[in-house]
Amino acid sequence: MSRQGGAAGAAAAGLLFGLGLILSGMANPAKVLNFLDFTGNWDPSLAFVLAGAIGVAAPGFWLVRRRAAPLADPTFHVPPADAPIDRKLLIGAAVFGIGWGLVGFCPGPALVSIPLGAPATFVFVAGMVGAIAAGLLLRSSR
Amino acid sequence: MTLTEFTPWASLAGGALIGASAVLLLLVTGRLAGISGIVRRLFPPYGANAPLEAAAFIAALLASPVVWRLLTGASLQQTVTDNPVLALTAGVLVGGGAFAASGCTSGHGVCGLSRLSRRSIAATAVFMTTAAATVYVVRHVVGGHWL
Repeated sequence: MSRQGGAAGAAAAGLLFGLGLILSGMANPAKVLNFLDFTGNWDPSLAFVLAGAIGVAAPGFWLVRRRAAPLADPTFHVPPADAPIDRKLLIGAAVFGIGWGLVGFCPGPALVSIPLGAPATFVFVAGMVGAIAAGLLLRSSR
Repeated sequence: MTLTEFTPWASLAGGALIGASAVLLLLVTGRLAGISGIVRRLFPPYGANAPLEAAAFIAALLASPVVWRLLTGASLQQTVTDNPVLALTAGVLVGGGAFAASGCTSGHGVCGLSRLSRRSIAATAVFMTTAAATVYVVRHVVGGHWL
């Protein structure tokens, strides 16, 4: 399969991902925050999203990785599952969680929410993409 | 705060679609469906980062609410903060944190847990904890009512 085939597959995956986020209710930050609010009016839905996703992806990944290569690329680009845990990972995850808990948006649901037009969504995405671009600039200047 | 209804079946089915998306992306492109990583690949240095694939994924993700409305005829309900300073702060923390941690809820939470990655299990435990602690402080200590 060609590079164009890779882009077509990626587009199909992006659409499936977005429809899954919407069907699961995760495009609504209120639902995410109510999952994280264990002492309030707890909404366990997010745990079911994770269970559904892992229930499909775990056996699916295992089957795909039995192949020598993916369809549209000479190699897999997957880090080893036993790579070491470092301080950057833990601090980054902690900071990520604080931002996630502040408004209930993580990257996928924030992007899916852009066409829904809430003004704060644009501001959130600008901050998120800006921070990622700044991280890349910092990395390349070192 | 906004009350939400527990939706076990829709959430399980939506999760299965997300899992299927991750399997399809790995099968075709050989990459994990981590949204923060896919956004990162839109920027240089490109190298072997396949920016065309990343752009195709993001474009389709952005189109998904429109496709949803065409398929179901239903409009989407969501409650988003109306505080722009809070939204900007949260966006910077989410983007910067995901960049440093090389992954977010999808890359570490869905894909990493599915392949039993040590780093992803650690990252998911940490961000779930700090997110829940943040919601606790905002809602029950500060008494914030922006959501």
